[in-house]
Amino acid sequence: MIEYISQPWAWYVSGPVIAFVMFLLLWAGGEFGVSSNLRTICSMGGAGKKIGFFNFDWKKQIWNLVFIFGAILGGFIAQNYLNSNEALQLSQNTVNDLAGLGIAFDGALVPAQLFSWESIATIQGFLVLVVGGFLVGFGARWAGGCTSGHAISGLSNFQLPSLIAVIGFFIGGLTMTYLIFPLIF
Amino acid sequence: MKFIKFLFIGILFGIVMTKSEAISWYRIQEMFRFDAFHMYGIIGTALAFGILIMQFIKRRELKNTEGEIIQLKDKNPATYRYFLGGIVFGLGWALSGACPGPMFTLVGNGYLPILIVIGSAVLGTLAYGILREILPH
Repeated sequence: MIEYISQPWAWYVSGPVIAFVMFLLLWAGGEFGVSSNLRTICSMGGAGKKIGFFNFDWKKQIWNLVFIFGAILGGFIAQNYLNSNEALQLSQNTVNDLAGLGIAFDGALVPAQLFSWESIATIQGFLVLVVGGFLVGFGARWAGGCTSGHAISGLSNFQLPSLIAVIGFFIGGLTMTYLIFPLIF
Repeated sequence: MKFIKFLFIGILFGIVMTKSEAISWYRIQEMFRFDAFHMYGIIGTALAFGILIMQFIKRRELKNTEGEIIQLKDKNPATYRYFLGGIVFGLGWALSGACPGPMFTLVGNGYLPILIVIGSAVLGTLAYGILREILPH
């Protein structure tokens, strides 16, 4: 059993499990929206004293912080106890395209050449780690949600705003991949 | 103790995000390059099951563990904020290869430099809060 679930999970297993997570959160009295936690963290840090957007009762969001703490634990469990140590099976086209940009495929989940403490001192590393994260946080709050809140929860509930946001996600993602990556890598 | 159920749901989420490889920077690149069906399959099946779940909750007027009928909130109608905010989010998603869920899951996977991405995402959220009044919504 453990050996079986330690293999990489197929998309047709993973997708339904993610939907089940959304269901469990609703059933437990929460909702599925991870980026809200970033706002909560700002509020906990005292940003609500100066900025109205962060002036809310963050204690009502503790359940969501517990959820992402669980996600950290889940990542730890999967990495250390449910790991078949197989290299990622990345499509050869992507491997070749990334090699053309100077990004080697190393078989891990993220490229070590970009995700290291040292790489923050390089232009590429700074862009990926600092600018990338900043845009995700800024964009998620402007759009009122991220992949979990819009692409899964919102679209499942036929929300037009979520469809607009997801179209935006892909316009941004494709622009970065095809137009900006060749400039920075 | 009332939070413990959220801890277990989070653990399941962290496991599925890791085992599906949705937390992989490479997989996000593969998705935006349309080189594999994997990520589309994950999002597509999550969505298909999600629609069934939402219909089930609504039609049965399902109650949560607190005994209240589950309310599915409608998003506020607007256009600019979703479209423009979405584009900014997408730029960051492709660049850092992680949306917020995977960011936290990657910490547990031991990729600690992702903490820089999380810190930057908090700063981005803070910047939005400061600029909110002058941004189109």
